[in-house]
Amino acid sequence: MKPDINIKDLISAVDVPADWVGIREVYEAHTPRVIRDGVPVANGRFATHGLMVEVLVDGQFGYYGTPDLTLDGVSRASKKAFTQARHAAKHSACSFTEQARPKNVGKYQSPFAKKKDSISAGQLNKILLDAYNHLKVSDKIVSARALAQTIETIFRFVSSNGSDITQEFLMVEFDLSATAAEGTNQQTRTFGGMRGTCRQIGMEFFDQWEIMAHAQKIGEQALELLSADETPTGEMDLVIASDQMMLQIHESVGHALEVDRILGDERNYAGWSFVKLEDFGKLQYGSKLMNITFDPTVSSEFASYGYDDGGLKATREYIIKDGVLLRGLGGMESQLRSGVPGVANFRASSWNRAPIDRMANLNLEPGNASFDNIISSVEKGIYMESNRSWSIDDYRNKFQFGCEYAKLIENGNLTKTVRNPNYRGISNPFWNSLKMVGSEDTFGIYGTPNCGKGEPNQVIRVGHASPVCLFENVQVFGGA
Amino acid sequence: MEQMFTSLCDALFLELEKDELLTLSFGGENSQFIRFNNAAVRQTGLVDDGNIELKFIANERTCTGSFTVSGNPDTDIARGKGELARMRTEANEIPKDPFLVMPSNAGSSHEVQNANGLAFDDAVDALLPAMQGVDFVGIWANGRVFRGNANSLGQKHWFETESFCLDYSLVTPSHQMVKGTFSGSDWDQDEYENYLAQSKDKLKLMKRKPVKVSTGEYRTWFEPAAVADFLSMFSWNGISEASLQQGCSGFGKMRHDDTRLSPSFSIAEDFSSGMVPRFNSNGEISPDVLPLIQDGELRNTLVSSRTAAEYGAETNYAEGDEYLRSPRMNSGDLSQDEVLSSLDKGLYLSNIHYLNWSDNPGGRITGLTRYACFWVEHGEIQAPIKTMRFDDTFYRFFGDELEAVGAKTELIPEVQTYGGRNMGGIVCPGILASSFALTL
Repeated sequence: MKPDINIKDLISAVDVPADWVGIREVYEAHTPRVIRDGVPVANGRFATHGLMVEVLVDGQFGYYGTPDLTLDGVSRASKKAFTQARHAAKHSACSFTEQARPKNVGKYQSPFAKKKDSISAGQLNKILLDAYNHLKVSDKIVSARALAQTIETIFRFVSSNGSDITQEFLMVEFDLSATAAEGTNQQTRTFGGMRGTCRQIGMEFFDQWEIMAHAQKIGEQALELLSADETPTGEMDLVIASDQMMLQIHESVGHALEVDRILGDERNYAGWSFVKLEDFGKLQYGSKLMNITFDPTVSSEFASYGYDDGGLKATREYIIKDGVLLRGLGGMESQLRSGVPGVANFRASSWNRAPIDRMANLNLEPGNASFDNIISSVEKGIYMESNRSWSIDDYRNKFQFGCEYAKLIENGNLTKTVRNPNYRGISNPFWNSLKMVGSEDTFGIYGTPNCGKGEPNQVIRVGHASPVCLFENVQVFGGA
Repeated sequence: MEQMFTSLCDALFLELEKDELLTLSFGGENSQFIRFNNAAVRQTGLVDDGNIELKFIANERTCTGSFTVSGNPDTDIARGKGELARMRTEANEIPKDPFLVMPSNAGSSHEVQNANGLAFDDAVDALLPAMQGVDFVGIWANGRVFRGNANSLGQKHWFETESFCLDYSLVTPSHQMVKGTFSGSDWDQDEYENYLAQSKDKLKLMKRKPVKVSTGEYRTWFEPAAVADFLSMFSWNGISEASLQQGCSGFGKMRHDDTRLSPSFSIAEDFSSGMVPRFNSNGEISPDVLPLIQDGELRNTLVSSRTAAEYGAETNYAEGDEYLRSPRMNSGDLSQDEVLSSLDKGLYLSNIHYLNWSDNPGGRITGLTRYACFWVEHGEIQAPIKTMRFDDTFYRFFGDELEAVGAKTELIPEVQTYGGRNMGGIVCPGILASSFALTL
């Protein structure tokens, strides 16, 4: 049941002497469908609908998240938010004005060709069952799964200083997974790793993708990994596919550049950052080939939008240009606190959480090397695809990532497949070892629905697009 | 809240047609969240939330749904009826589910835990003064949490509790940190101030100049909070029977190769503390105590009723995702007074961070040191260590390399708030491992 309230009417119910008032309404419905091992294991529809009333009192914001969408409910919520803000105002970590919630009026709509209901539950289950049958290439595939989840989100934001924003999103998350096993030798292959295949798109997604061919390949590669040698240990050149670059960008660039982390808000949970405020405009973050953009305008990327949850208009900005750090991932609150130029990334997971600095679409811009040129330039190295393990320290320095699938590169050629590929490094020197950046035709658009951060905790969707990249002299190793 | 849940159940069960079954689960909270940075308020607010999840069985199909409870009975019943109608239609379109988990009526339960907590309006004035004089960062979560479950056969469970949790870090000017978690039900201002004072004392140790430890293997003492982090990995491709059956569990060596952990290592699912409800989202009641690993031997995995149906196992009424809900690891005989002398030379790790499987079948876990982690020589703490990455298998540090287990267990409270405030925690002691691998 979609929203049927007039949020503009609700703001009239606020009767507290606040310096600023905003109401952010969120409706979201997830519809997951999963076929595992030939049978349906999920056919659901999970909806949430509520609003957050936020008030500014003596420089301090206070909020109240409530599912009560009535005039009385908003009136009560505003009074409670006001009391929270007033109590805290004399102990504020930072004092704000309504400058932190700039006035904007506008709309955003996810691009799509086919509506969500253009495929029935039965049809979608059939597609997933067919995909399962293509994944199951052998009896050694002990488990296989096909998943499709559609997400509809409606976001409305109005404020006492005139903001009036409506954004509507339609998204698809899709994954295929096959696990091959012989005793304790277990190998899983997926469609982009960590549910990396996620887009703002309509049901045309299921027309565009060659799902059955992908499923067959995933099943075959899981089987191939079962008999593959372990990944060798040593320092070597590393070529990373787009679906793993997604994770590399996310963990060792994105989180490190969130300005609220740099300001210390996250030190008790997600952590701090090796980046300091004085590094902006100066730090050589990576090699001259490294160009990172915050780009909410990429059509169909998972975290495209028109405005952030504080009402700031979202625009494409260079974060790192020619390897030099230029701009932080900080919304208006962080920009006011830090004096560092930022972006429109003040975002909340839903109506029941307050916005904080988040990544949205954070992309590595393409270079000019073809995939063949990259591989042929490597004498001794390894090519890795699809993330399966990720860990990085609280300053975003020491990372270790594992992938599903790898091939050795010997004398400029891809040779044998190896299993359990892992690599580790330290963010700043690692990015400075970036030697080649793939061209547009190696560019892949991915994302993740599962980025966790914040206190109280929030999971949010992010998008990452990247070409294939070559890094020099990386520590590589295999399994136990 | 309970009355609302009951009324909604009554209304929706009346809507059912012949041969239809419905289970309703409720999760909700009335919470206060205050975020601190530099011993001042960064963000503050309240959240009222309630969510009904519906599991509908008809025509040999299972459909699920959920909606937010607005608090307005007419609105909520209309939302519920809308979901029922959608699921009824869908049940004629989707494939049959051969492993249906049918609801039953095995008895109802009711537990309401009231507390003398800290009023929302008093929180800032009660908390802030003791934080002063130190760089304090963290989160205050406070209020009531609700869980309910009922089905159309008449079974009903209700669980309601009130709690607070102040989860925080203290930070030195050189960025060394101490972690603290002050949690409970009844608020005691003196107890809070004493707890924080102890954290401030610990912070003094962190003012020593940190040392860089080389990669390699070290004798290591893990405080209970660090052990709890390792144990929490068992809930993710570990102790789940479905994970084992589907080839993605780190427990495969124990199942297939009869590999055993140390005889000193025992862990059970133990609901006797009453911190979390014993009923799961199917309304099934778990046993009070379920031994999982006893004296190093895998005795039981967590088996949900669906997994039982699919793989011919016997259910122990685990939650659908077969994760640990109330784990307790047995204590050993190493007293806290003897920890440093027994360690003699090596690492003293209070907390670890960002764990992930680096080789799940091999039981290998990677992660990092964090907070109060020290280098120890001659049985004395020498200095904090700089952040190090580890990569080692639990088959070693809970297995052959497990030298001693602490004599005292601690409750490490569950502080996560993804989707809502979690409850409970992990009860475990510290451990002494004779070898533990640092890799970066």
